[in-house]
Amino acid sequence: MGDGFAIDVRGMTKRFDGRTVVNGIDLQVARGEICGFLGPNGSGKTTFIRMLCGLLRPDGGSGSCLGFDVIRDSEAIRRRVGYMTQRFSYYEDLSIAENLEFVARMFSIPDRRRRVDECLDELGLSARRNQLAGELSGGWKQRLALAACTLHRPSLLLLDEPTAGVDPKARRIFWDSVHDLSAGGITVLISTHYMDEAERCHSLAYIAYGDLLARGSGAEIVASSGLATRVVTGPDLSSLAARLRPLPGVCQAVAFGRELHVSGTDEAALDLSLAGFRGEGYEWSPSAPGLEDVFIHFMDKARDNFTP
Amino acid sequence: MKGPFLFSIPRLWAILVKEFIQMRRDRLTFAMMVGIPLVQLMLFGFAINSDPKHLATAVLLADRGAQGRTLLASIKASGYFDFVREVGSEAEGGELLARGEAQFFITVPAMFSRELLRGERPVLLVEADATDPAATGNAISALRTLVSGALQHDLKGALGYLAPGVEPVELRVHPSYNPEGVTQYNIVPGLMGVVLTMTMVMITGLAITRERERGTMENLLSMPTRPLEVLLGKIVPYILVGYLQAGLILLAARFVFNVPMAGSLPLLLCVAMLFIVANLAVGITFSTLARNQLQAVQMTFFFFLPSMLLSGFMFPFRGMPLWAQAVGEILPLTHFLRIVRGILLKGNSMAEVWPQLWQIGLFALVAIGVGVVRYRRTLD
Repeated sequence: MGDGFAIDVRGMTKRFDGRTVVNGIDLQVARGEICGFLGPNGSGKTTFIRMLCGLLRPDGGSGSCLGFDVIRDSEAIRRRVGYMTQRFSYYEDLSIAENLEFVARMFSIPDRRRRVDECLDELGLSARRNQLAGELSGGWKQRLALAACTLHRPSLLLLDEPTAGVDPKARRIFWDSVHDLSAGGITVLISTHYMDEAERCHSLAYIAYGDLLARGSGAEIVASSGLATRVVTGPDLSSLAARLRPLPGVCQAVAFGRELHVSGTDEAALDLSLAGFRGEGYEWSPSAPGLEDVFIHFMDKARDNFTP
Repeated sequence: MKGPFLFSIPRLWAILVKEFIQMRRDRLTFAMMVGIPLVQLMLFGFAINSDPKHLATAVLLADRGAQGRTLLASIKASGYFDFVREVGSEAEGGELLARGEAQFFITVPAMFSRELLRGERPVLLVEADATDPAATGNAISALRTLVSGALQHDLKGALGYLAPGVEPVELRVHPSYNPEGVTQYNIVPGLMGVVLTMTMVMITGLAITRERERGTMENLLSMPTRPLEVLLGKIVPYILVGYLQAGLILLAARFVFNVPMAGSLPLLLCVAMLFIVANLAVGITFSTLARNQLQAVQMTFFFFLPSMLLSGFMFPFRGMPLWAQAVGEILPLTHFLRIVRGILLKGNSMAEVWPQLWQIGLFALVAIGVGVVRYRRTLD
């Protein structure tokens, strides 16, 4: 304890039938930090989170979670961790209050009834306490799940793509709650595919095909990528994109509304390739690459390494 | 206006092809489609015999004369009776019946030959375990024609006057335990075992696969709980359900079907516990193999079908060929049926129940072992 890290693991590895899903990941997350966990589908995010909370036994690696040994003290860790699964995993055939009471019993929360009532009040669900959880909309389900997994006042929250398929307003509300929890001293590891959510995290970890590719704040990751971006406006951007992509120095050409973002790691080669198109009615301006550009770049690079 | 939406063969073909691909991918359903007819064919075609022969018979031969032996020899030759044991006393024969080791107990009384030769119509006493009337009915009617025919050869010549007219031997049949041969007495207690098998296996299978299918199992296991707590927590409610079912059937047996209750109900309820646990363990094992609730139901049927057909519930156990009896002996339902019928109809106590009970216990132990090992593995 007291080393300032809520999560401090090294070399975490998991193999399924000889296939390495998580490949020796080192991760440190400071107490109170919101760490965004990003990466393509099937990159091992869920498996990593499951290893942290003791659902899966790692094939390799060591370290501590909230000061407890990840391998040996998984029960102590589970008592102090709130885990929210990707899919709504409370009981749809129990009412809202019954679900919370079940969780309260499982964690032996003292003064159970009061705690559940408090929680319902905070959620604004007191009037609907007897409604079945299955009848809630996606956004409400997700708020209920967050309330349920924080009911026992955990020190660490593991949120696995909690906002998938939820509308922007509900996502905004959800993120406000996450920040409130973090301000209260809770550490949060949250996996997501949304770039606007990534930008709301204190720090980010990017993992692809089981490897940790980048770690740091958004700005640090963008800077470390060495990616340069040019924004193009003009006619018929989609055919321009097709013509640009095979050129040297161009890694990506992606349309954003009426703009085309062209990025590459070799700035000189990029500008040289673009020079040929000046005078066709296109306007060019340099721009900082977005997080999404950087991550897609990481993904492409990782796949090149991954496929032999 | 556009033309009518016509039936399209290519579209039908597209759906047919898709169905066959899905059928091929769903191995279990495919196995059911091929397996169930095969199993039924084997069971109904070969294993089930509503005219059971070679029934275990105990014999008390108190008469030393030739006629007694002749009679027994022809009884044996009928094919219905297999003499498994020659006993020294009536009590010994009665015990064999109670334990179900013999279906019949034939007594050739002392002085049989002498009385026969004197024309005094001696008594041939046959005690039958009639808990399952279907199992004994044909053998008894065969016995009636057999006895009068068997002695015809001996009663020729000077003794010829004995043969025609009245029967030379008085055949006295005691259908023990179920004197009126009421089929319900056999079926209704048996139903208790069948219903418990069906629901206990299926319900546990469903309860656990449902949690996995809906994703709630992951959440449950991420809470500070031990796998055994989860397992027990899921099982105990269904043990209560099992007892509710058993109670309902017993009430109906008593007040609707007037089934006699000769033995101890507390003993029956205690024994039922082990049977329920054995079936729950099968359910758990299935739930670790099934990927969804439908598969859990399918597997239940795989277990249920032989249980019902090979246990002696629907058809007399002794009517089945040896291989089918061997399969039947493994199933807990077979032994439970013998126990229930034994306790209710014969008034059996622990001494007679034990030879069946330990076999259920052994099955339960193995099933729990497999279930728990498989259950642990699914967590990782």
